[in-house]
Amino acid sequence: MKILSQIAFMLLICLAGQYIASLLPMPFPGSVMSMVILFILFLLNWAKPQKLSEVNDFFLNNMSFFFVPSAVSILTQFELIKNNIVQILIICVVSLIVTFAVTAYTVTLVINLQNKFRKKRQKEETA
Amino acid sequence: MTDAFYSLTSNAMFGAALTIFAYLIGVSANKKLRTPIANPVLIADAIIIMMLLLLDIPYENYKIGGDMVETFLAPVTAALAVKIHSQLKELKENWLPLIIGSAVGSLASILCVLAMCRMFGLSDSVTASLIPKSVTTAIAVPISVSGGGIPAVTVIALMFTGMLGAMFSPLMIKIFKIKNPIAAGTAIGTSSHALGTTKALEIGDVEGAMSGIAIGLAGLITTIYTMFMA
Repeated sequence: MKILSQIAFMLLICLAGQYIASLLPMPFPGSVMSMVILFILFLLNWAKPQKLSEVNDFFLNNMSFFFVPSAVSILTQFELIKNNIVQILIICVVSLIVTFAVTAYTVTLVINLQNKFRKKRQKEETA
Repeated sequence: MTDAFYSLTSNAMFGAALTIFAYLIGVSANKKLRTPIANPVLIADAIIIMMLLLLDIPYENYKIGGDMVETFLAPVTAALAVKIHSQLKELKENWLPLIIGSAVGSLASILCVLAMCRMFGLSDSVTASLIPKSVTTAIAVPISVSGGGIPAVTVIALMFTGMLGAMFSPLMIKIFKIKNPIAAGTAIGTSSHALGTTKALEIGDVEGAMSGIAIGLAGLITTIYTMFMA
């Protein structure tokens, strides 16, 4: 019963997310919208993470499983990329590394700046 | 292929069961081999594709059960809210670096893809298909279509990217000496969407939460950038 009701709750959230996402002017995934809705429900204390823990722990611990089927489609689409597969792979590898490094360094830089700024303000307040 | 076998494989149970078995083999191979290349999803996909080819089973038959599994991607992604909520304090203190990092990273991704497509002399439609490949499928496909891209090529490229992210994020954290878990998490989510996030969850709670937020942020920001490009 407990697990059934948790699954039902998650599915309802996803339906709501799908619907709200469809109202937006630009394409936005229902799944990410559902994540936002669930997060807001937690913030408002209308839902409690502990009360959904059985199902959500299962989902989070096995997340990569649910991605398996979508890549199998390459079987029917291979013709489309056959001629450019090496270039596409190189582009994926290089842009992944570049995006990762740029993002990580930018976040680190902004955190450091933010900490300096906060310290300075703290000093001014105590002075 | 006999009719009885054909009708059996067109049962939703077939695709679902094959996916689970292939994934279980992938997980145990990953545990034994202890190398990032032995990614469970990659192994599972290779097993499924080989099975379908060897036994001459049409993709459409597999897809019936495969879609059943894929349906749960929505609640699985929504479950990330639990992780994010558990890191509320970090989020309150670091929302600004998170947003700026994701914005700069997404721009770097687009520019890098554009430059390399030009370098390789790829067609406009392939280029348009690759531009949104760092973001989650539901955002990437419409961006690709509106730029004149081919959705299937976009999906393949973003699966490549996601798998590579899941495989090599821990290595990149080491090579680039990323000490801060917030920086690492944001970088994983921005560069390799939800599939990379599965690895971030394994690395740590902060990494998983930040990576989860970065999926949405990078998607939104990439949408905005591409609106200006058109």
